[in-house]
Amino acid sequence: MWLLPPARVVSAAKAMINLPFTLLVEKRTEEVPRWLPAATSVGSVVLAFVVSGIVLAAIGANPLQVYGFFARATFGSWAAFSDTLVKATPLILVGLACSVAFKMKLWNIGAEGQFYIGAFFASLVVLVPLLPTDSSPWLMIPAMMAMGMLGGALWGFLPGLLKARFQVNEIITTLMLNYVAVLWNNFWIFDRWSDAGFQMTPTFGRNSWLPRLSDYAREYPLFSGLTLHLGVFFGLFAAAAVWWILQRSRWGYEIRLIGDNPQAARYAGVSIARNVIWVMMLSGALAGLAGMAEISGVVHRLQERISPGYGFTGIIVAWLAKLHPLGVILVSILFGALIVASREVQPSGIAQMIQGFVLFAVISSDVLLRYKIRLVRAAPQPAGPPGEFA
Amino acid sequence: MNLEVILHAGLATGTILLFASIGEILAERSGVLNLGVEGMMLLGAMAGFSVSLATGNPWLGIVAAMLAAGLLSLAHAVVTVSFQADQVVSGLSLTFLGTGLALVLGNGLTGQNAALLPNFDLAGLSALPLVGPVFFMNHSPIVYLGYLFAPLVWFYIEKTRPGMHLRAVGEKPVAADTMGVNVYALRYGYVFVGGCLAGLAGATISLSVSPGWYSAQTTSGQGWIAIGLVIFAQWNPLRAALGAFLFGALRRALLDLQGPSTLLGFTNPLFINSNFGFFLQMVPYLLTILALVIGSRAAMRKRLGAPAALGEPYIRGERGL
Repeated sequence: MWLLPPARVVSAAKAMINLPFTLLVEKRTEEVPRWLPAATSVGSVVLAFVVSGIVLAAIGANPLQVYGFFARATFGSWAAFSDTLVKATPLILVGLACSVAFKMKLWNIGAEGQFYIGAFFASLVVLVPLLPTDSSPWLMIPAMMAMGMLGGALWGFLPGLLKARFQVNEIITTLMLNYVAVLWNNFWIFDRWSDAGFQMTPTFGRNSWLPRLSDYAREYPLFSGLTLHLGVFFGLFAAAAVWWILQRSRWGYEIRLIGDNPQAARYAGVSIARNVIWVMMLSGALAGLAGMAEISGVVHRLQERISPGYGFTGIIVAWLAKLHPLGVILVSILFGALIVASREVQPSGIAQMIQGFVLFAVISSDVLLRYKIRLVRAAPQPAGPPGEFA
Repeated sequence: MNLEVILHAGLATGTILLFASIGEILAERSGVLNLGVEGMMLLGAMAGFSVSLATGNPWLGIVAAMLAAGLLSLAHAVVTVSFQADQVVSGLSLTFLGTGLALVLGNGLTGQNAALLPNFDLAGLSALPLVGPVFFMNHSPIVYLGYLFAPLVWFYIEKTRPGMHLRAVGEKPVAADTMGVNVYALRYGYVFVGGCLAGLAGATISLSVSPGWYSAQTTSGQGWIAIGLVIFAQWNPLRAALGAFLFGALRRALLDLQGPSTLLGFTNPLFINSNFGFFLQMVPYLLTILALVIGSRAAMRKRLGAPAALGEPYIRGERGL
């Protein structure tokens, strides 16, 4: 009953009651059909919503009402959809950050911290100030982007170095650095950069804001009130870049090789230590850019809780997208919607709970990619091949 | 800054880490890495607190906490042991799921007062000079349990037959299976036990050490620190207990540093500007990283440490590596 030895009839149930069929679990020998990974992801999401609905019903909420509300709050109008895309923007970048690292089986779960440090470094440009406060936005915004990516890369470099040099488990170090990053930001916004004692910096000058659709409302009345900002293009561009790196470049080949078979990579002369550091830095840079886009495109200052856990949601996004950049974009929109919706309902953990169920369903469903499960009519039970039943 | 107070409180906070990390050690020695400790602890803290609130009996709360976290951990067991999914990702999702469930189900618990675990002196031992007041006075029963638990688990793992089976399953499951040990059943079992202990650790927070429900702040990353401690302790329960108590005392000492206006004759910057406390709060996390570096270097040097099959699903009938 412990399931899933290869090519073995799971006959425990049949032994107890004589079912007219048996469940046959066998290892896939042929290629997985192309549609199946996507289908399991979609199925996982549906299943997660059903299970979460049961939990919601158990605590006395009406799940259909909650979900109906979710749908209206996220896709119900142009303004709602624009909000959803605004939340999807950091998720795309962070999801890509996780995808790149996970492709190499490098478990960077520090995207949250890299996001915060990216935001901090981008703020340096405005608040130190590194550039004259009346600089042109054409100078200001690229400088903030570069600093954001630099900060994130630095925050990824540290655990990367420890991993490459001392084989320190990167899961724990990246996670611990998340807490450090948040505390670091808190010091600056509570103390040095505090705006009149409030726990936030003063609002940045207009020249450091990413352009928004609503800025063009005079020319195009349709855009009025739409908060979507330029950052979404950072996400789309980064997705294309990551796809190219992973699928078309030599570096991407090395990343995939290390992920699939580190032994083979070592024999082929690929330096694992060097790739660990570079990939952690790329991953951190993407997450840092997300942090920059969030403060430059949405909040326009550095403050507490600029991320409702984007860094962690990015992990689920990456996994649900099967580490594919295009999938990351689609999944990010769905999860962006979940974040928008969860702001409006109580209790606050609903989105997190649904995310947990989604992730569980999707990793469980991976078994369908490795095994075929078929119902077969019960034939007279043949004697198993020798040695099959231990 | 009173050393006796710091050590006393350190034991209480250290007990949380002790149970969580020993639970994780048991799961990992069987070959299953469970990164869901934070989620299980939070669910345990919530379940323990809410059951104690409803029944007025903190012991029922402890039982509920262990069961809730244990059941949650079974999800990890099903996915990793039976479905052979990646243990890292499954553990991460367990943290999400546990945190989410705890926040949803614990909605409305903030600000309530539940019946807490009683503190008492251990008669006889508390009269000892120096040691008595720190170790045996005014602690919750969980702390006293912890003193016994760590050596018992060490003895169990290293010196008993079931402990040998546990080690065999984590080091070389093929060999264990050949000898008639049920690898799958043992892995399920130890993941469950690890979950129960994480739940106990969580309930120790909400029912004793820092009573109450403060949503995700209740555990504030201690589950992750516990996992870090496992590596630092090189999968040895005794070293884990020592590390847990050191960490607990340190957390408490850091808290106390903000109090006095002078330190060793100098003006205490933390007293003047409490915002420097943010740097102080970083210390436990940075120390975890440092402990990991030390632990990993020692493991590299001595070529020992992680169970050989840690993170590897066992598939019966496939060539063992």
